[in-house]
Amino acid sequence: MIDLSDLSKSFGGTPALTSTRLKIAPGELVCLLGPSGCGKSTLLRLISGLIPPDTGRILLDGQDMTQTPANRRPTAMVFQSHALWPHMTVARNVGFGLRVRGLPRSEIAAKTEAALEMVGLRGFDRRLPSELSGGQAQRVALARCLVVAPKVLLMDEPFSALDAHLRKSLREELKALQRRLGLTTIFVTHDQEEAMELADRIVVMKKGAIEQEDTPSGLYACPATLSVAQFIGQMNVTLATARDGCVAWGGRRIEMPVSGDLTLACRPEDLLPDPQGVPAEVIRITDLGPLLRVALMTPQGEALTWLTPRAAAPLPGARIRLWPRALHVFRGETLLETIQPQRLTLEEDA
Amino acid sequence: MRRFPLGGLTLLTAMVLAMLGPVVTVVLWAFAVKWRYPQILPTEWGLKFWAEVLSRQTITGPVLTSLALASVATTAAALICWPAAFAFARLRFPGRQLLLFSFIAAQAVPKFALFLSIAVIFLQLGLVGTFPGVALVQGLSAMLVMIWIPTAAFRAIPPALEEAAFDLGASRLRVFLAVTLPQAMPALAASYVLAFVAVLFEVDSGLLIGAPKVTTMPLTLMTLSAQVVVQDAAVLCVMIWLPCFVLLLLTRRFMTSRGIAEGLGA
Repeated sequence: MIDLSDLSKSFGGTPALTSTRLKIAPGELVCLLGPSGCGKSTLLRLISGLIPPDTGRILLDGQDMTQTPANRRPTAMVFQSHALWPHMTVARNVGFGLRVRGLPRSEIAAKTEAALEMVGLRGFDRRLPSELSGGQAQRVALARCLVVAPKVLLMDEPFSALDAHLRKSLREELKALQRRLGLTTIFVTHDQEEAMELADRIVVMKKGAIEQEDTPSGLYACPATLSVAQFIGQMNVTLATARDGCVAWGGRRIEMPVSGDLTLACRPEDLLPDPQGVPAEVIRITDLGPLLRVALMTPQGEALTWLTPRAAAPLPGARIRLWPRALHVFRGETLLETIQPQRLTLEEDA
Repeated sequence: MRRFPLGGLTLLTAMVLAMLGPVVTVVLWAFAVKWRYPQILPTEWGLKFWAEVLSRQTITGPVLTSLALASVATTAAALICWPAAFAFARLRFPGRQLLLFSFIAAQAVPKFALFLSIAVIFLQLGLVGTFPGVALVQGLSAMLVMIWIPTAAFRAIPPALEEAAFDLGASRLRVFLAVTLPQAMPALAASYVLAFVAVLFEVDSGLLIGAPKVTTMPLTLMTLSAQVVVQDAAVLCVMIWLPCFVLLLLTRRFMTSRGIAEGLGA
C-alpha cells in the first residue's frame, strides 16, 4: 500500500529525515514512535504531501505520488490540534471534503451522518467546534477524514492533548474502527504505551532515521539497540567489562562469550527471587495495582528496579536475593545477544 | 456575599462620564433650540436646526463629498493592503520586517508636514483641489491600520486549519475562500471601519490638498464651530457620528466568520 524509498528531508540545512525506507501493507496499523524531533512527524507530512521530499520516492497504492500535492493524494490526516474549522458546524466540517469533491447535497448529508454515527457523535451535527470537548473534537476530526474514504489514514499525535483515561478509551475505539474498515493507518506518537497498545507494527525513530521496526512484542523482547531497549519499557542498565570469558553483574560472575566493554540490560520483570541470587536491599515500594515496583540497592551501590506480583511483596529495608532470567548484552548501541545467565561462582561481597 | 467594590465602581463611573460626557453634551446641543447658562438641560427642544442644516447646500455638500472620499480611499487602500497583509503574514522575503516598520515610520511623521510635501508634488501633477488627489492622500493615511491589523490576523490563523482543508482535497483558492478569509474577516472588517472613520474625520488632507475646490466635512465642521451658533456644528456632529457608531457596532455584531464562510460556499 505504501512504499517509501530513500526519503530525505532537511529544513534550512538541518536534516530532519535521512534516507528512509519503509513499506506498509494494506490494512496495517503502523505507529511511528520516537522522541520529539526524531523525524516522525516529518515522515508523516511527507506521506500526506503537505511537504515535498528532498530526495526519494513515495508510492501509494502502486502509484508514484512523490510530486503529487496533498490535495490530490488519497490520504487524510488527523492533526494533534484537531484543526476543526471554528466557523463551521460539525456537519459542515465533516462534509467539507465531500463538498470539495462536488457531491450532491443529499449524498453529502447522508455520508456526513454515517460518519458521525461511526465515531459515536450522532446528533452533534449542528454544534460548533467550540461547543465540543477535546475528545469529541478529535472524533469529529476523525469523521472528517473517514467520510472521504481515504486509502491511508494519517494521525499526528491525535490524542496527546487529552487526559490519560480518555486517551485510552479513544485508542481502543480507534483500533476497533480501523480493524472494521481495514483502513491502512499511520499513527505518530511519542508515547510508547500508546504505540504498544495500538500498533500492528512499531517503527522506532531516532534522529531522523528508523532505529528498528517490529511488532510490539518483538520490540519488547528483542530491542536491537540500547536506545530502543530504554525507550520501550524499562531496563536496568549496568556497564561492565568482560574478561576471560566472564563478566560481573551485581557482584556475581556470569559466563560471557564476548569480551570488552559491554552494557548489560535487564527488564524489571525478568528479575526473579533466587536464594543464590544477587543480594539487594529494598529501598522503596510503589504500588502499581496488579504489580509492585520495588526500588533496590545492591551492596555495590547499584540501583535496581524490580517488578513483582503483589503476593511476593517484601518490606522496605528487607534484604532479598534476585537473579535475572534474561540479560540483553549490548556493545555500544548494538545488541550482541540475549543470554540466560548461569551462576558461575558464589562469592559473598556484602 | 462579596462586598461591593465601591472604589472600583467610582472609578468606572468617572471613566464612563469622562468618555461619554462630551458626546452627551453634543447630542443635547443638537436637539436644543434654547439653552442658556444656569440651566442644566435645554429649555426648548426641537429639530429646528436640523432642518436648517439639512437645507444648507454648503453643509450637506461637504458631508456627501467626505463620505464618498472616505469610501473610495478606504476601499482602494483595502484592495492594496489586504493582499499585501496576506503576503506579509505568509511569505518570508528579504526586507519583510523593514517594510513593515516603514509603515509605522511613515505614520509617525506629522500628517501636516507629510501632506504639505505631497501637496507640492500634487501641484505639479494637477491633483491639488481634485477628488482623486484627496482620495489618494486619504488612502495613504489609511494604509497603516489596513496593513498591521490584517497581517496580525492572517498570522494568527493556525497553519493546521489550512493544511487540513488542503489535505482533504481543496484547491489553494478554495482553502483561502473557505478557511483563511472567514478566519481573517472580522479583523479585515474592523480594519476597514477603523480606517474609514479615521479618514472621514481627518482634517489635513482637505485643508492641504482639497482646498479650495474640494471641501470636506471636517473643514466645514471647523468653520461652523468657529461661528456663534453652537447648534449647527452639533447637528453636523451627530449626523456624522450616528452612521459611524452604527458601523462600528455592526463590525462587532455581524462580521462573524461563520456567516461569511457560508456566503463564500465553504
